[in-house]
Amino acid sequence: MGKIKIVAFKLGEEEYGLDIHFVQSIEKIQHMTRVPNAPEYVEGVINLRGNVTPVIDLSRRLDLKQTAHSENTRVIITKYEELELGFMVDQVNDVMDVSTDSIEPASSNDMSAAFFEGIAKSEGRLIILLNPAELMLAPSS
Amino acid sequence: MGEFELDYNDFLELFIEESKEHLQSINEELLKLESEPENPAIVNEIFRSAHTLKGMAGSMGFEDLASLTHEMENVLDLVRNSKLGITSEMMDVIFSCVDLIEKMIDSIEQGGDGKEDVTDVVRRLSMIQNPADPFQVRQNSAMQESAAAAVVDFEIDQYQLSVINEAEKTGNKLYQITIQLDKQCVMKSVRAYMVFQAVEELGEIIQSFPPVEQIEEENFDNSFSILLLSHRTTKEIQAQLQPISELSQVIVKERIVKDSTVSNQESTSEGKITKPLTQKQRKEDTSNKKHRSKSIRVDIEKLDHLMNLFSELIIDRGRLEQISRKSDLTELTETVEHMTRISTDLQGLILNMRMVQVEQVFNRFPRMVRDLAKELNKKVQLIIEGKETELDRTVIDEIGDPLVHLLRNALDHGQESTEERVALGKQEEGKVLLKAYHSGNQVFIEVADDGKGIDREKVLHKAIERKVVTQNEAETLTDNQVYSLIFSSGFSTADKISDISGRGVGLDVVKTKIESLGGSISIESEPNKGSMFRIQLPLTLSIIYAMLIKVEDETYAIPFSSIVEITKITKEEISTLYGQKVIQFRGQVVSLVSLKEVFNVPGVETSEQQELFIVIVRKGDKIIGLVVDSVLGQQEVVLKTLGSFLTNLYAISGATILGNGEVALIIDSNQFFK
Repeated sequence: MGKIKIVAFKLGEEEYGLDIHFVQSIEKIQHMTRVPNAPEYVEGVINLRGNVTPVIDLSRRLDLKQTAHSENTRVIITKYEELELGFMVDQVNDVMDVSTDSIEPASSNDMSAAFFEGIAKSEGRLIILLNPAELMLAPSS
Repeated sequence: MGEFELDYNDFLELFIEESKEHLQSINEELLKLESEPENPAIVNEIFRSAHTLKGMAGSMGFEDLASLTHEMENVLDLVRNSKLGITSEMMDVIFSCVDLIEKMIDSIEQGGDGKEDVTDVVRRLSMIQNPADPFQVRQNSAMQESAAAAVVDFEIDQYQLSVINEAEKTGNKLYQITIQLDKQCVMKSVRAYMVFQAVEELGEIIQSFPPVEQIEEENFDNSFSILLLSHRTTKEIQAQLQPISELSQVIVKERIVKDSTVSNQESTSEGKITKPLTQKQRKEDTSNKKHRSKSIRVDIEKLDHLMNLFSELIIDRGRLEQISRKSDLTELTETVEHMTRISTDLQGLILNMRMVQVEQVFNRFPRMVRDLAKELNKKVQLIIEGKETELDRTVIDEIGDPLVHLLRNALDHGQESTEERVALGKQEEGKVLLKAYHSGNQVFIEVADDGKGIDREKVLHKAIERKVVTQNEAETLTDNQVYSLIFSSGFSTADKISDISGRGVGLDVVKTKIESLGGSISIESEPNKGSMFRIQLPLTLSIIYAMLIKVEDETYAIPFSSIVEITKITKEEISTLYGQKVIQFRGQVVSLVSLKEVFNVPGVETSEQQELFIVIVRKGDKIIGLVVDSVLGQQEVVLKTLGSFLTNLYAISGATILGNGEVALIIDSNQFFK
């Protein structure tokens, strides 16, 4: 019975999770530079300790309803292979252990299904696990 | 033992470096020789390099290398003595010989033993020397290893023999001078040098034992010997050497060389040619050594790292400048200003350290063009200009392949066949010009040929066939627009696919490569006059001068290299042509591009500004005006990529971090030109 550590966060009312292996840091929202003519879910680029890092709005990427920025809004900096990318989320809840047994594979034929890895059930919470590799694919333009 | 190894490695490094220089010069001179086969100075130059190479290889113990160069030297010797004419087969053999030597040295450099199978080339070389006896391989005299005896028996090679024979005809005699230095002599090489100088005044030095190089490095016991050709008597020679102190013994003996193998053929005053050579050689050797001691080798990665760290520093500097302006503390301001000056100097230095002459890349082209011309059965002269032009190391590494491509293109497609040229009344020999030069913050490299030029109709035909343009579009295109079509992917105008170019993955690759280096490429062409490809490259890839401008609340950077001028106009000055906003600027009609529109900048609807800033930018010889709200000023910015997630953004080439820590995007104005 294996366990994985995830970062759990909120998009609207739903709870999502990312494997902590991919997470570099969690940042407060800071000055964002808009990138013209980029896909609409690209929020902009930020200066992350000297590196210019793109930030995407996760709600929009997943075709969810958008919520306004609040003081709880955070950017989760992820790294997959050599690519660094920030995901803007409404609120970061906690880091938690999830046993692999409790994860149900995503089976729905949702059009964004590729982004989902499964659903974790823990202490009554339902957490949708995201697939960072798929999310971090460069937009085809 | 350890000490010896250290020495050996030092020598090895020196040997590799010098060998490469000699090889390069042999290559260059050989190419010259092909065009001027009658010029004895060139043969001498090659001979000299080959000879030095042989000597070095011998003393380093690379026997294959030594014997190969020795054979090559023999052939060259016959050429210089006019006993052999230069044929193209001979040149081919010598070239392949040079290739082999190069391979050996590469192998040595990589820690190998420098052994290669030389028998075939050696056999071909000896066949040239002596067609009757193809399997005769000459004894190798390169390695003269013997204990230093009081009287040395010199091995006289064929070339020396012919010099001696010639000299003896004019009343010279051959002397062997053996010098014994005083045991207390401290600076042996200096004494030896004085002896050489004195002896040189008397006549011509044929050989010395140990070789001059070794003597200069004090790599000899207390005695050395010289073979001298002179018309003086034994006594006169003795008298000349007498004044030099610390010589314990001077023996001068006349020597008679029996000549049975070499016929006494006419050769033009050899004596005069060789003497300045020995002097020159020695001078060059010493200057090489001096030069070496002044430079050190640095791992390129360290330089890259230094550059990265410095970029970080520049960002902090910008931030400090801002803080000091806000805080209004004189002491802080002064310190920051001082730091700014120093870091500017430092930056110049760091960038400079990364600069390399394009020569490094250009050097291999003469040979390549020669081989290619042969293959295509064309006559081509490659003219190289500006090879001392410097470029950033990272650019140098990348620029080679595109240039190879362009040169191949010029030879294969650009230049007509010899028959066509003759029919057109052109010179049989085509010219290809490879030229590099600086202009502003840019480096230009041009590849021009005097061939048939680009065939507009043929290009258009292909472009329509490949659906790159439509028939209607085709008619409206200017010549230059048509020419640039050959950069579109999958385009090749060669009627038949040849081995050299025209495999369909042609110029589009070149274009992509150049653009990835932040440069651009353009073509000029005139039917029957030729075509020219011009590559424009930034001097450095990491730090650029840029103008910061504002559109609404957003700040953008426009590289200085593309800005022509910044001007202020009133709204009334804008007129429209076919729906396109234009202004008149210095008598030219200039199209306007509103950054607010192309970048969809969100903005508050304000009352229309009466005054507008126009940043005039250029691409090639075309200009357009970018409409911006305000101009913040110029600044040095550190280029940062947007990473692999955001690619192919319209008119954005990268980003930079401003003094306040915010990110500003860098505009690639080239993309506004249609």
